[in-house]
Amino acid sequence: MQDYLLLIIAAMFVNNIVLILFLGNCPLVGVTSSMESAFGMGAAVVFVTTLAGTACWIVQRFALEPLALEYLQTLVFILIIASLVQFVEIVLQKVAPPLYRTLGIFLPLITTNCMVFGAAILSIKHDYTFLQTLVFCLAAAVGFALVLVFMAGLRERMEVSGRIPAALQGVPITMITAGMMGLSFAGLLGMAH
Amino acid sequence: MESVLTAVLTLGALAFAAGLLLSVAAKVFYVPVDPRVGQIGDLLPGANCGGCGFAGCLDLAGAIVSGQTPPNACRCASEEANRRIAALIGAVLEEREREVACIFCKGDAAHARLRFRYLGIADCRAAELVAGGDKACAYGCLGLGTCVNACIFGALRMGEDGLPVVNPDRCTACGACVRICPRRIPRLVPVSQKAIAFCSSHDPGKVVKEVCTVGCIACGLCKKVCPENAIEIVSLLAVVDPAKCTGCGKCFEKCPTGIIRPASGEAPARRQAAA
Repeated sequence: MQDYLLLIIAAMFVNNIVLILFLGNCPLVGVTSSMESAFGMGAAVVFVTTLAGTACWIVQRFALEPLALEYLQTLVFILIIASLVQFVEIVLQKVAPPLYRTLGIFLPLITTNCMVFGAAILSIKHDYTFLQTLVFCLAAAVGFALVLVFMAGLRERMEVSGRIPAALQGVPITMITAGMMGLSFAGLLGMAH
Repeated sequence: MESVLTAVLTLGALAFAAGLLLSVAAKVFYVPVDPRVGQIGDLLPGANCGGCGFAGCLDLAGAIVSGQTPPNACRCASEEANRRIAALIGAVLEEREREVACIFCKGDAAHARLRFRYLGIADCRAAELVAGGDKACAYGCLGLGTCVNACIFGALRMGEDGLPVVNPDRCTACGACVRICPRRIPRLVPVSQKAIAFCSSHDPGKVVKEVCTVGCIACGLCKKVCPENAIEIVSLLAVVDPAKCTGCGKCFEKCPTGIIRPASGEAPARRQAAA
């Protein structure tokens, strides 16, 4: 039990997937201009990463490893993630239209999100069991969503402050903010593995 | 050679399985979409601004096809586009009445209590972030002029009482002020609306009375006195239905806090005399 708690904290904060491992930096700048879109993107990522990570684990363990095809990992995982996102989109549209409308525009974006792919690769690299993979992917994605929401909150406040030099407005100040957030998260390094 | 074959076959099998899954899913979970939704979506601006109140242009297109909204609900589409959309769903385009922005708060410094002195950035959105602003009323105008700055048509100015004033001749009902206000105090009303309840507070009457002398206390007197049944109390706030209101003025007389006023916003003579 304690192992899993440690795994969650490590994946969520200590080895935060955006600020420490630098995966998924595109949405960190792209969709954080408003809290609403940051939250939508975060929720979609949590959903997809958990599904994709576990699906990739199953394929790795029961198809690639017995056939000694580990070198096809990248290709196969991309295939799985892309078709899984498509599948989820089709199913959601039928089964849960409100959820589809909320996540709708973010789902196709996630197909090519390196954070989803990164979580899948990492759980293989760390030799996690199925349950560990599930927990790791969920925690990593929640950590990602948290950072998006933090960033959106900061950006919404900065936008109304009116005190940002013209040359730094928009993306530049977002980059600086991301760097400072990364530094503060780096303070946790080494606390859990 | 054999390992290459295994790789090709495995990858091929996986891709085939994924493709099969998707095509089966597309059949099993097929959602019939009216082709007109896409056609209307193409005619809409595609900016997904949300000015119509829907999640995006395609969402609005769906609502138009299902008849939830009139075909000209988009505020940005040209008249030509609106006509073509109406033709697509076989509806006759009704002339939409011009709207103007209206400031739903009369709580100036003389009437509304402050909780603290706000000396921060002169922007309502910034003030709202500091413990919800200086006004004791959680719904009242913060009076820092964010809406005035947002108006590119010069239709808003700050009045002497510290509340924004709308110039209806210049207002194009673009809704910029409505969206930028952290409290949604400017709202669009039909230009012909005769009576307006100038308050945004959903607080119970007791709370309103503590923080402001010109707030809606949801007493319901206006509703009772209205001969046309044009006034409803919605979540503790009087709302005038512009379609029913004839502007007879009975509610102006009756409102104990005097916030139901003619659309000009000026208090009727009796109120001015009392004040």
